Amino acid sequence: MKKFAPFIILTILAVIPLTGLSTYMLHILILVIMWSAIGMSWNLLGGYCGQVSFGHAAYFGVGAYTAGILYSKLGLSPWWGVPLSIVVVSVFSLVLGFIVLRLRGPFFALATLASGEVMRITTENLVDLTGGAMGILIQKRTWVDKTWYFYIILLIAASTFILVRKLMESKLGYYFVAIREDQDAAESLGINTTLYKTLALCISGVLTGIAGAFYTNYMGYIDPHVAFALHDISIITIMIVMVGGVATYWGPFVGALIMVLLAEVIRSMPGLGTAHQTLFGVLLIVIIIFLPNGIVGDYKKLKRLLGFRRAST
Amino acid sequence: MSMLQVKGVSMFFGGLAAISDVSFDIKTGEIVGLIGPNGAGKTTMFNVVNGFYHPSKGEVFFMDKKISGLKPHQICKLGIARTFQVVKPLQRMSVFDNVMASAFLRVKTRAQAVEISHETINFTGLHDDTDVISKSLPLGKRKKLEIARALATQPELLLLDESFAGLNPSELDESIEIIRKIKARGITIMIIEHHMKVIMSISDSIVVLNYGEKIAEGAPHEIGHNPLVVEAYLGEAQSA
Repeated sequence: MKKFAPFIILTILAVIPLTGLSTYMLHILILVIMWSAIGMSWNLLGGYCGQVSFGHAAYFGVGAYTAGILYSKLGLSPWWGVPLSIVVVSVFSLVLGFIVLRLRGPFFALATLASGEVMRITTENLVDLTGGAMGILIQKRTWVDKTWYFYIILLIAASTFILVRKLMESKLGYYFVAIREDQDAAESLGINTTLYKTLALCISGVLTGIAGAFYTNYMGYIDPHVAFALHDISIITIMIVMVGGVATYWGPFVGALIMVLLAEVIRSMPGLGTAHQTLFGVLLIVIIIFLPNGIVGDYKKLKRLLGFRRAST
Repeated sequence: MSMLQVKGVSMFFGGLAAISDVSFDIKTGEIVGLIGPNGAGKTTMFNVVNGFYHPSKGEVFFMDKKISGLKPHQICKLGIARTFQVVKPLQRMSVFDNVMASAFLRVKTRAQAVEISHETINFTGLHDDTDVISKSLPLGKRKKLEIARALATQPELLLLDESFAGLNPSELDESIEIIRKIKARGITIMIIEHHMKVIMSISDSIVVLNYGEKIAEGAPHEIGHNPLVVEAYLGEAQSA
């Protein structure tokens, strides 16, 4: 049964648009799936390989701008940005990885945080290429209806899920976790830690970049503050994985589901709307104290805390 | 044939010479003990051979190939594996996954790695703990796990850093048995140990360090009577 869970969930998700959902609900679902894809990519680097990045907005933004610039400068469909971002973000991650992966622990986190900000400011100032703070507007969206966007992001997220899973069951997976647990021990066991950390960063960055390129297509507008947002992208990505479960396959999906829905619910409450970030902060603190491995990682503990003890034993 | 040659190695940390001008050879198939009082530079020596430190002076050769200056993972790939005095298990991984992570060094497929891991775990007597998360293992088993992990990289030379410290007598006997079995497989071993009975009984030859200098080298019975070694351990004999 557990083996088929991914297929069952995928089927359910694939059928949802056929049930005549409102455009608004479909939009929420698209966001949930996009965030799970980003969360899964972050999880590969931050969760499994233990290199906690506070700057995934950099990869997201580079992906998004790849699609945007293709459209604004070359007049191509921004959809070409999805495959092209694989190349662009790979090169970008290699360069960035060369710099930030020399650092460990909190220093790595700070360097990645800075890298996201550096990219935002750079994009703001390269007015000729990126349009600066004006951003890039995709004049004509591919579809008015959201159904196809839904299926495309579902395909991206499903591929990300499968890729992460295949990787984690292979040699690379063992190496990533070994590096997370003890870099010196890993090195002395013959693991080229620099190489494998760079690989983790590249794959994670590319997968995030693809989601970024999709975002440009879907939203039809990007500017540096949206695409390289420190809070709305880098931090939210970490929160999604923390809430859902670090280093679990389903954590990012569960986290994205909770965070996106919660954001929508809180925003629609009169008087509370503007405080939604405060509530996110409180939620994160509660999760860290009571469920340090997230909802998926500490599922049994969560059941006990909610009083299902008798039902489960 | 010499497996490992250490030639005039010195290691300075700032102004402190942790090792000064130490040379020795290890012959293929031997068990060599490395002993000395606390702070003599034994673990530093391992770190030099293993590639964590690059020697300030001197060179290290492994099977006639210069290895000083290489990175630890390259040296491990060439065939030198080590254990740590302060055990470094991959904490949140099971015993099996710990060994798997190192078994992948020589093989490509998962099936081959699984085979090596099972074989190594059985060899070191950890089969009852295969699925235990290594954080919750008692010290004796963690030390065994260190050995298992190093063995899974299929080394030619194994560096054991105090693999017997803190073991109870029955664990000690088991570990000595494991070391003998490793030797029987044709793997050369260099071992740091404070337990004199153990080191005297299993070593083919012994190198003694004191304050970073090599003060003696030879067969166990020679070492036991060497006045310099006795002095290093017990202090100078008082006359009158």
